[in-house]
Amino acid sequence: MLYFSKWKAFAILAVSAIICLMAVPSLLSQSAYDSLPSFLQRKIVLGLDLQGGSYIVLQVDAQSVRKIRLEQLRDDARRVLRDAKIGYTGLAIQGDAVEVRIRDGQDVEAALTQLRTLALPIGGAMSTAGQLDTDVSRDGNTIALAPTSAGVQSRTIQAVSQSIEIIRKRIDQLGTTEPSIQRQGADRIQVQVPGLQDPSRLKALLGQTAQLTFRLVDNTMSPQQALQGRAPAGTEVLTSQGNPPVPYLIEQRVLVAGEDLTDAQPGFDPTTREPVVTFRFNTNGARRFAEATQANVGRPFAIILDNHVISAPVIREPILGGSGQISGNFTVQEANDLAILLRAGALPVPLQVVEERTVGPGLGADSIRAGLIASIVGATLVALFMVATYGLFGVIANIAVAINVGMIFGLLAMLGATLTLPGIAGVVLTVGIAVDSNVLIYERIREEARAGRSAISAIDAGFSRALATILDSNITTFIAAAVLFYVGSGPVRGFAITFGIGIMTTVFTAFTLTRLMVALWVRWQRPQRVPI
Amino acid sequence: MRLLRIVPDDTTFDFIRFRRISFPISALLSIVALVAFFTMGLNFGIDFKGGTLLEVRYANNTLNIGDVRSRLESLDLGEVQIQEIGGDGEVLIRVAQQPGGEQAQQVVVGKVRAALGEGVEYRRIEVVGPRVSQELLSYGIVGLMMAVFCILIYLWFRFEWQFALGASIANFHDIVLTIGFMAIFQIDFDLTSVAALLTILGYSLNDTIVIYDRIREMLRRYKKMPTEELLNASINSTLSRSVITHVTVTLALLALVLFGGRAIHSFSVTMMFGVVLVGTYTSIFIASPLLIYLGVSTRAMAEKAEKEAKSANSKAERLAP
Repeated sequence: MLYFSKWKAFAILAVSAIICLMAVPSLLSQSAYDSLPSFLQRKIVLGLDLQGGSYIVLQVDAQSVRKIRLEQLRDDARRVLRDAKIGYTGLAIQGDAVEVRIRDGQDVEAALTQLRTLALPIGGAMSTAGQLDTDVSRDGNTIALAPTSAGVQSRTIQAVSQSIEIIRKRIDQLGTTEPSIQRQGADRIQVQVPGLQDPSRLKALLGQTAQLTFRLVDNTMSPQQALQGRAPAGTEVLTSQGNPPVPYLIEQRVLVAGEDLTDAQPGFDPTTREPVVTFRFNTNGARRFAEATQANVGRPFAIILDNHVISAPVIREPILGGSGQISGNFTVQEANDLAILLRAGALPVPLQVVEERTVGPGLGADSIRAGLIASIVGATLVALFMVATYGLFGVIANIAVAINVGMIFGLLAMLGATLTLPGIAGVVLTVGIAVDSNVLIYERIREEARAGRSAISAIDAGFSRALATILDSNITTFIAAAVLFYVGSGPVRGFAITFGIGIMTTVFTAFTLTRLMVALWVRWQRPQRVPI
Repeated sequence: MRLLRIVPDDTTFDFIRFRRISFPISALLSIVALVAFFTMGLNFGIDFKGGTLLEVRYANNTLNIGDVRSRLESLDLGEVQIQEIGGDGEVLIRVAQQPGGEQAQQVVVGKVRAALGEGVEYRRIEVVGPRVSQELLSYGIVGLMMAVFCILIYLWFRFEWQFALGASIANFHDIVLTIGFMAIFQIDFDLTSVAALLTILGYSLNDTIVIYDRIREMLRRYKKMPTEELLNASINSTLSRSVITHVTVTLALLALVLFGGRAIHSFSVTMMFGVVLVGTYTSIFIASPLLIYLGVSTRAMAEKAEKEAKSANSKAERLAP
């Protein structure tokens, strides 16, 4: 156990040194770090609990995905039946399906054929699985179209992907450093934005669907009348966002929608000096807007964002240039955020915030300090105790543990892992347990020596017997760390990572470095008795 | 230099006979822990219960806790806990989960902010909705069970089944006592507590395995030694290591408890209890004596070895024509 060939010794030292050196880039200043060659640009990321920032989990609501799909099916069914000139009544959403009654029993087969075209294969036309996203069934003269759960699921997954793109565009506009936006499971999006002072603005940006529409205001009756009685067909009552909310009677037909915007910028109205958002339509949008305003001069139209009326100006003259402005008593920041939302586009479905964790920069800095002090105090106490108990061998153990910690940070950097406060606790605990491998070896050496072996033979036997135990005991601890990694999230996962890496480096140093150092000492001193 | 020697060489303490005291003590403690768990319950944090947590700081002694309390109570948010922490004008505010699903939770922070007004530093805000808290709880429970199961399987492969079972019983004992401790002292039970429990599990096993390893080694070597004597010798010969390692782990944990900051305080305290008080005790006084009841004995081992030798012999005979 005590013989090392030169090459082996060199390899052990080289591997340890290289892994330790991987930690160095994390310590450099940003400019020095940037000047490194790209393969060295790997560093430890501080968790949000240490650098401050927001962690937000958004969820796509499968229920609203289903609802949107149902509305779409209803509209498509109406179009298809109308195009095929089939008479129908009672086309409406009933629970989880769209139902329609065909007037003439002879038309039912034809209607069925037409409506079946609305069911699309899941995963697009190229999919070979052959599953459809909608069930079309017949009961007498009634035909029901129900989205299948597989269809809703695939739409949810699609909605998540689209939302991620849009959220990324929105957050990029905030100008924060290194936001991370990831899919989490089938229906969630995890957003991490470091160094954000105020998460309420972030949440406002994420929580809005930002569906912008331009629609005409219906003047045939007052909104109050419409609320009390029956609103005219094709209209609905929407309110403004102010306090108290003002109701408007709005036509359901959309003149132009947010998809047709090419640009939106915050600005100021030249005459009132009020913050506004100026926008430009694409060709299609500009043409439709021009036609609509030409036909309706003198009537008010409404600008609607997520079912709230922002403003309802009167069309004084046809707007032909394809650009315009939205004013709505905005603050500068509100105008700014609305412009961001309009530029990034609308989310395909509303998102819900299901989890939020924000740490202010002050607490983060305190945690770093606390973690640092605890590490230094813990390591010092353990190191002193080891020297007091084992003398020179204690020093060897301490060197091994120091290299061990260096390697933990090196590996963390190589993996680009995140260091959290529980992660720092994991390092401190590793220091506590890493010396255990040394203790096991040393105690075994003492035992063997007491049993009457010569110094060198005792050391040799001590190592070979203790190493088996070290392996067994660390594998079980590693299993616990691995489970924790799978179960945990955020800071807890940070703990699992450092703890797990710590166990691996501990076993490595026990098998190589400690043994090498003791072997060198034995060769140099030729001890007659064991010094512990 | 004279080296520190905590445990004298060649101790001969009769740990195995001590089981007549340690087993009843453990049984009693486990009952106390279970009673505490079922009567007092765990102090679930927002990770598992859902709700909102805010940590705020009032600069330069402007904190008036009574004022904060009356402002927040006027909001009508249901159960609100207000706790002064540290001496630095810091307050921890916990608002219970609001009825009305995910969306309802989002209003709380805004209301609290409006009620507290200007001049407050928001150091931490956490909102966990009902869906996520449910999931986190089930993940935590599944995780603990998975860990125990995986470790059981590993030990079964690596040792005899008696050892695997003994270690698992000892493990269970550790978890029960630690959960009882958390119930009695109403320590926050959140995700980091699950981490603490899993780590305690790992450590306690680590200890148990060091002793089991030695028992296995002795069983192979001393086939004639009476079982109790052999178990005692194994525990005694690893005693020095057990104690020294526990001193080092305690030192590391002490640093975390004293200086690690509030964010991991409940984690550190739980670990201190589980690792330092329970873990070592379990491996020495519970896990090892248990082996007697599980049928580990020098005779059984000798018989088994004989059988194996015989079958190897007969195989050899069959092979030799």
